[in-house]
Amino acid sequence: MGEKGNESILHLTALELGKRIKAREIGVAEATRACLERIRSADGELRSFITVDEAGALAAADAVQGRIDAGELTHPLAGVPVAIKDNICVKGLPATCASKILWNFKPTYQAQAAQNLLDIGAVVLGKTNMDEFAMGSTTETSAFGITRNPWNPDRVPGGSSGGSCAAVSSGEAFYALGSDTGGSIRQPSSFCGVTGIKPTYGTVSRYGLIAYGSSLDQIGPIARNVSDCVAALEAISSHDKKDSTSVDREDLDFSSALVDDVGGLRIGIPEDYLGEGLDPEVKKAVLAAADTLEKKGAKVERFSLSLVEYAIPCYYTIAMAEASSNLSRFDGVKYGYRAADYDGLHQMYKKSRSEGFGPEVKRRIMLGSFVLSSGYYDAYYLKALRTKSLVKQAFDRAFAKYDVILGPVAPTTAPEVGKSLSDPLQMYLGDIYTIAVNLAGLPAMSVPCGKDPAGMPIGLHLIGDCYKERNIIRAAYAYERTRAAELPPGFAA
Amino acid sequence: MANIISDETIEYVGILAKLELSDEEKEAAKQDMGKMLDYFDQLNRLDTTGVEPMSHVFPVHNVFREDIVQNGDDRDEILANAPKKKNGAFMVPKTVE
Amino acid sequence: MSKSYETVIGLEVHVELATKTKIFCACSTAFGGAPNTHTCPVCTGMPGSLPVLNRQVVEYALAVGLATNCGINQTCKFDRKNYFYPDNPQNYQISQLYLPICHDGFVEIETAQGGTKKVGIHEIHMEEDAGKLIHDEWEDCSLVDFNRSGVPLIEIVSEPDMRSADEVMAYLDKLRLIIQYLGASDCKLQEGSMRADVNLSVREVGAAKLGTRTEMKNLNSFKAIARAIEGERRRQIELLEEGKPVIQETRRWDDNKESSYAMRSKEDAQDYRYFPDPDLTPVVISDEWLEAVRSRQPELRTEKLERYKTQYAIPEYDALILTGSKALSDLFEETVALCQKPKEVSNWLMVEAMRLLKEAGKEADDLVVSGAAGGSSTAPAASAGEAGAGDGGGAAGGAGGGTGAAKAAPQTTNKDADKGDGSGMASGSGGGAAGGSGGGEMTGGAKRFKFSPAHLAKLIELVDRGAINRTVAKTVFEEVFASDVDPEAYVEAHGLGMVTDTGALLKTVDEVIAQNPQSVADYKGGKEKAFGFLVGQTMRAMKGKADPAAVNAMIKEALGKM
Repeated sequence: MGEKGNESILHLTALELGKRIKAREIGVAEATRACLERIRSADGELRSFITVDEAGALAAADAVQGRIDAGELTHPLAGVPVAIKDNICVKGLPATCASKILWNFKPTYQAQAAQNLLDIGAVVLGKTNMDEFAMGSTTETSAFGITRNPWNPDRVPGGSSGGSCAAVSSGEAFYALGSDTGGSIRQPSSFCGVTGIKPTYGTVSRYGLIAYGSSLDQIGPIARNVSDCVAALEAISSHDKKDSTSVDREDLDFSSALVDDVGGLRIGIPEDYLGEGLDPEVKKAVLAAADTLEKKGAKVERFSLSLVEYAIPCYYTIAMAEASSNLSRFDGVKYGYRAADYDGLHQMYKKSRSEGFGPEVKRRIMLGSFVLSSGYYDAYYLKALRTKSLVKQAFDRAFAKYDVILGPVAPTTAPEVGKSLSDPLQMYLGDIYTIAVNLAGLPAMSVPCGKDPAGMPIGLHLIGDCYKERNIIRAAYAYERTRAAELPPGFAA
Repeated sequence: MANIISDETIEYVGILAKLELSDEEKEAAKQDMGKMLDYFDQLNRLDTTGVEPMSHVFPVHNVFREDIVQNGDDRDEILANAPKKKNGAFMVPKTVE
Repeated sequence: MSKSYETVIGLEVHVELATKTKIFCACSTAFGGAPNTHTCPVCTGMPGSLPVLNRQVVEYALAVGLATNCGINQTCKFDRKNYFYPDNPQNYQISQLYLPICHDGFVEIETAQGGTKKVGIHEIHMEEDAGKLIHDEWEDCSLVDFNRSGVPLIEIVSEPDMRSADEVMAYLDKLRLIIQYLGASDCKLQEGSMRADVNLSVREVGAAKLGTRTEMKNLNSFKAIARAIEGERRRQIELLEEGKPVIQETRRWDDNKESSYAMRSKEDAQDYRYFPDPDLTPVVISDEWLEAVRSRQPELRTEKLERYKTQYAIPEYDALILTGSKALSDLFEETVALCQKPKEVSNWLMVEAMRLLKEAGKEADDLVVSGAAGGSSTAPAASAGEAGAGDGGGAAGGAGGGTGAAKAAPQTTNKDADKGDGSGMASGSGGGAAGGSGGGEMTGGAKRFKFSPAHLAKLIELVDRGAINRTVAKTVFEEVFASDVDPEAYVEAHGLGMVTDTGALLKTVDEVIAQNPQSVADYKGGKEKAFGFLVGQTMRAMKGKADPAAVNAMIKEALGKM
C-alpha cells in the first residue's frame, strides 16, 4: 500500500485510481473509505446525496477487491467508487427521485446501467440528490433538501443531476451517473465545473431509469475529466433487450477517440446560440475555447441553426405530456406514499398524489394532462411533434456541414439559491441550448472552459450527430489538453 | 394573457391528473397554465403544414420478445413496497359501490 | 307502443390470446396462480420498468385480421390510454388508437331467415388486459391481483350492423369459431377469454339517422348478452316514447336483476388522452411477413365442413356438430388420421362423447385433445406452418398433426385439467372471505375432459378386430373419456377381452342348454323368442365377453343337433 492520505486519493482521477488499485497501491476499501469520509465532512452542507450506503459500499469494496485480486475484474474502473442519481434503480437502495411520493420506495430490480457498473466492479456509494423527478434546473425542487454548488454554497449546482455533479466536483465520488432529459447532465456539469456526456438516445438502456419524458430521457456519466467520462460511458453502454428503444450499436469504442488531434474537424457555432440572453462572460469563454480548437487545426465557422426559439415550447409540451402519463403510476397503490386519511378510492388517489408531489411536478402534470386532453391534442401535442420533426431536420442540415456543433451549455453560470423557482417560464428559458439536443436524440457533452469573474465555472457545449460521440469526444479531449484541471476551493489541494 | 383558464378547466384537469389543489393553488395554477399555454402558442407561428408528427427520432421498429416464459414467482418482491397488502394482493379502498 | 323501432347493435369483443407469456413481459399467462404469482416489475407498473412486445401477439392479431377479411396497417403503433383504476397498474393501458393493426373487415353470418349477412369489422387492435379486483367483505376493501395484468387481448370492433340478439349470437359464434380454428384463443365467454361490450341504439323503422347509443358492459354469457340487448332495447324505446332523450353513456348490466345502471361518476371524465407510447417502437409488417401468416392460415370452419361431407362422407348435421367446436374437430381428425375410420370415429363422438358431455353439463369446447397441445391443433402462426399449410390436402395436414399427437405419448390424465381450472377460484378467494363477490370471470371447477386420439383409435381398433364387443366398448369409452385410459391396458386389467376360446364357449353353451330344457322345448315348438333367451343366458354366463355372432352360431348348431 502506498502512503496515500485521503486527500491525495480523492484528487486522483477515476482512471488513475483504477490503475493504482490494480497495481495494489491503493485498496478498494481504502478508496471507498476516503469517499465516505469526504461525504461525511462535506455533505452536511452540500447535500449531494439522498442515500449514502456506507455498509453496502464497504462490503462491496471487499468483494470487488477479492475479484480484482482473483483477476476476474479487469476494467479500468474496477474498484472505483461511484455515485448514482436517485432516479436510477439500484436493487436494495431507495430510489426516491427526490420526491415524497417515493420516500420509502426500494426497487427489487436493477437498472441495466447500474447492473453494467456492478459488472465491471464499481462500488456504489449511494444515491444522489436531484430535482424532483428530474423536473428542474437547480436541484432546489428536491423533497430532501437543496444541493449546494461546491464552488460556492450560495449558488445552485444546476439540475436536475445537481447531486451527481456536486458529488463529483467536491471529491465525494470519482464519477457519477446522471440522466438528461433536457440538459440535466450537461447544465449541472457546466455549473459545477465537471465533464458530462449525454449519449445518443438508445445508447444506454433506460430500463430501471424512472421515466420523466421517455422519448427524451437518457442516462450518462459525469466525471472530472473527459477520459474518465468516456471510460464510464463505455462501461454503461449496452444493447438491452428489456428496453425497446435501446439501439444495437457496434461502435461502442469511445476511448480510441481520445486523441489530441482536431485537424480537419469541422466545427459550427450557431449564431442563434450567441444572441440575446447570453451572459457576455459565458460567451467570451465559449468563443475562446472555439479559438483554441481552431488553433489546433479544427475548421470553425458560424452558421444559423434556426428554430432555436421554437425548441423550448416544443420540448416542454412533449416532456410534460409524457410526464403526465409516466407519473400516473404513482398512486399510493403499489409503492410509495399513500395519504393517511381518505374517503374512498378517488380521494386516496388525489390526496396521495397532491401530498406526495411537489409544486413543479404538479405544474408539469397538470399542463401535460391538459395538452393531451380532448380538444387540445392536435393543437398542442401534435403541433409539438411536428415541430420536433423540423428541429431534427435543422440538425440534419447542420451535420451535413459540420462534425461538431459548439456553443454554450447555459446562458449564465450557476444562479444563487432561491432565485429561480418563482418564475418557472424564466427557468425553462435557461434550457434553450440543451433541449433541442434531446428532441433530436443527439449526443452532447459539457466540458469546463473557464470561470466567470465570480469564480463560477462555465461549460463548453459540444453536440454531435447521432452515433457520432467520437467527434465530440475528440474535440473535448483536445480542448481539455490545453488547460489545467480546476477543483472547487473547498476541495482543491 | 390569451389563454384564460377557467375554474372548470382546472377542476377538469384535476380529475384527469388526480390532483387536488387548494383554492390558492388553483388560482396560481390558472395564471401559470395560461401563461405557459400562451408561450406554447408561439409554435403556431411556425408553419408545419405537411410535416409528419415525429414520435420516435430514430427509425427503429419491430423490437420483439419471443413467447417464452422466463419469469417465475416473485410475489414477495412485487409486494415488498406495497403501502397496504393482504393475502398476497395490494389492498385499496373498495372499488365498487 | 305506437311506432315500430329498429335496434342497431355494434359489438366490441375482447379476446384473450393464447400466448404463453404476457404481451409486454415474460410472465406466464396461465390461469389459476395464487394472486400476484405471475407478475414482474413490468406488469405491475414498477417505476423504471419497460415493455417489450411479444411477437406472437402480432402473429395472432394478423391471423384473425386476415381470417375476418380485414385490411392490415403494415405500420402500426401502440398508444397509451390514460385512466386511473387500481387494476391498471401504470394507470394507462397500452392499446392502439391511431394506427390499429387491422381495419375494415367483415364476417358473414347466417340469418334466421336462412340467408347470409355481412357484419362489418371496423378495426381490430392489440392491447393489454387489466388485473383483477377481488372484493374483501371483511375489511370492506378491494384486493388487487395483477396475474391477468398484461395478458394480451385483441379488441374486435364491429360496425353497427346487427339488428337483433340472434344476429349478435350468430356473429359471436362466427368469431369464436374463426378464432378457435386459428388457435389464437379458446374464446370462452364464461371464463372471460372472450368478452363482449354491446353498443346499442334504437331508431324508428325507416329513419336514416342512428339513435344515441349506450355501451353495455359486464356481459358474462351468451344469455346475459341476449337479456341485456332486450333490456336495453326496451329501456331506450320507453325513454323515446316518453319523449326523453337517450344519454350516451356506459352502463353496467346486472344479470341477476336483469337491468342496467349508468356507470357515471364525477371522477370518470372518459377523456383518455391517448398518445403514442414512447416506450414502444412501431410494428412494421412486411409483405413477406404478411404472406407467411397468410400461407399458414389453417382450414377454417366453412372449408372444413365441406371437406367432412365430401372427403369423409359425413352427413351435414354431424359435420356441423363436429366442426362446431375446434376441440371436437381436432379429436375427430386426429383419430381418423390414426385409424382411417371416419364413420366410426364420428359415431363415437356424436353419440357417446356428446352424451357424456351432456351428462356432465359440459360443452364440446370443454374437450381437450390430450398430447396435442403443442401440435397441430393450436398456434397456427407458431408451428402449424408445416402441418396445416397443405393447401387442398387437408387430410395430409390432419394426419401430420395426428401422428404428432400420437407420438407425444399422452400420459396426462384429467387431474391436470382439474388443477388447471379449479384452483383459480380457490386461491383467488383469499381465505374464503373474499370469494363470494369476485367470481364473474371463471366458472368454478370447470372440469375439462382430456383424452387422446390414440386411445379412441385404439378402442375402435379393438372393436374392429373383435377383441371386445360393442357393449364392453361403451364402458371402456367412458373410461377413456373420464381418465384417458389406454383401452387395451384397461381391457386387459379388467379382463374385458372377448373369450375366443371355442372350447370354453362350447362348454358354456352346453351348460345353458342343459339348464334350460323348457326354453329348448319352446324353441323346438316354434317360439323364436326362446332362442334369444338362450343367447342372452350364454352371454351373461360369459360376462358379456363373448362374440354374440359366435354364440348365435353355436347355439343354433347345438339345437340343430338335438
